[in-house]
Amino acid sequence: MAEVLDLKLTDLEDFACCGFPVKSTDSGASLVMAARNLSIAADRGLDICSLCNACTSVLTEANRELKGNKELRDEVNEELGKIDMEYKPGVKVKHFSRILYEDIGPDAIKERVTKDLGDFSFSIHYGCHYLRPKKIYEGFDNPEDPRTVDELVELTGAKVIDYKNRLQCCGGAILGVEESIALKMAKEKLDNVTTNDVDALITICPFCSIMYEDNQRKIESNFDVEYKLPVLYYPQLLGLAFGLEARKQLGFRLNKVRPEALLKKLEGDE
Amino acid sequence: MINTKDLDPNFRYEVAKEPGGANIMRCFACGTCTAGCPVRAIDDKYNPRKIIRMVLLGMRERVLKSDFIWLCSTCYTCYDRCPQGVHLTDIMTALKNIAVREGYVHPSFREQARLVGTFGRLYEVEDFDNKKREKMGLPPVKKRCDEVTRIVEDTDVKVMTE
Repeated sequence: MAEVLDLKLTDLEDFACCGFPVKSTDSGASLVMAARNLSIAADRGLDICSLCNACTSVLTEANRELKGNKELRDEVNEELGKIDMEYKPGVKVKHFSRILYEDIGPDAIKERVTKDLGDFSFSIHYGCHYLRPKKIYEGFDNPEDPRTVDELVELTGAKVIDYKNRLQCCGGAILGVEESIALKMAKEKLDNVTTNDVDALITICPFCSIMYEDNQRKIESNFDVEYKLPVLYYPQLLGLAFGLEARKQLGFRLNKVRPEALLKKLEGDE
Repeated sequence: MINTKDLDPNFRYEVAKEPGGANIMRCFACGTCTAGCPVRAIDDKYNPRKIIRMVLLGMRERVLKSDFIWLCSTCYTCYDRCPQGVHLTDIMTALKNIAVREGYVHPSFREQARLVGTFGRLYEVEDFDNKKREKMGLPPVKKRCDEVTRIVEDTDVKVMTE
């Protein structure tokens, strides 16, 4: 997708975990891990494009805290010094969807659309860390009533269907702590989304997708319900609108909830 | 029943000293946090307003030993909506960090810390995964990250998983 939009992505093989999973146990260690990734990007003179909401928030927050707090920066640099690294400010961190929205822009993306998806309806799950905590995102979008992903979906011609409690958290962060609560959180969303007739739920975070897609069958069996709701990662949807091949180029073979009906409808349109 | 003999009046100051904990004393117990909490909406054993109150009262052991401090989904809804700027999500992190140092850690987080400390990420990458990536035209992912292992070596993450 990035290639089609002339966006050059470089894979940084030394990148490791953003730090989010250890923040609950040791927020200091989490910060050093985030700073390490930022330092690797800085050395290569690159900005960071993240694909997961939690990675985005942890790396953005680390950047912000380290820039403004010399004492903290010194502490982190002492740790990074042990692996011959140093935090360097200046690396921008942005979620892929935010890059699409801010740096390329819905109008420019729309020019590349070759297949109008006007017959399709989608609901969107934003995910918390794409929007919150508000103060780290410098006024990007509105966490109480976000619009950016709505616009990104609408530029394909598709309709965006609002639903009850659309900002509800996926529960992913506590899946391992108390599965029953996390799955109930995801179930409520699936209930609310499927109240309307939509072709799929669109997500922009792989972890949210785990809750709604990978765990969908488990929710169906635990609660004796049936959704069969396809869950697409936004770039997959955009790829369809660009006329790319669903299975070969857009990874539709990897979707856990079979999007066959959606693809059939797409073929029928042609 | 709360027995005042069991309370630790310094607990609030201990929490305030943690990163992001500074504003805990601002709480006037309005309940905006609990009203908007997506976890509380499902299960009332997680109640952010109550947790803050327990900290302010000094119920140190009850809070640190509890299961409920691990139930914050870190959605930051309360953080953004709190009229007093209490920064609840950071306070939940502070409480969990203190609990870890006291030897109380939820097994799920213990496992997450072990994985990150060992592999540099939350999961183990095997040859099979890299072969799949190769087939899709993606570069391989390193199986371990010694630098991250080194970073966590003298942290609470490491101590906890030993």
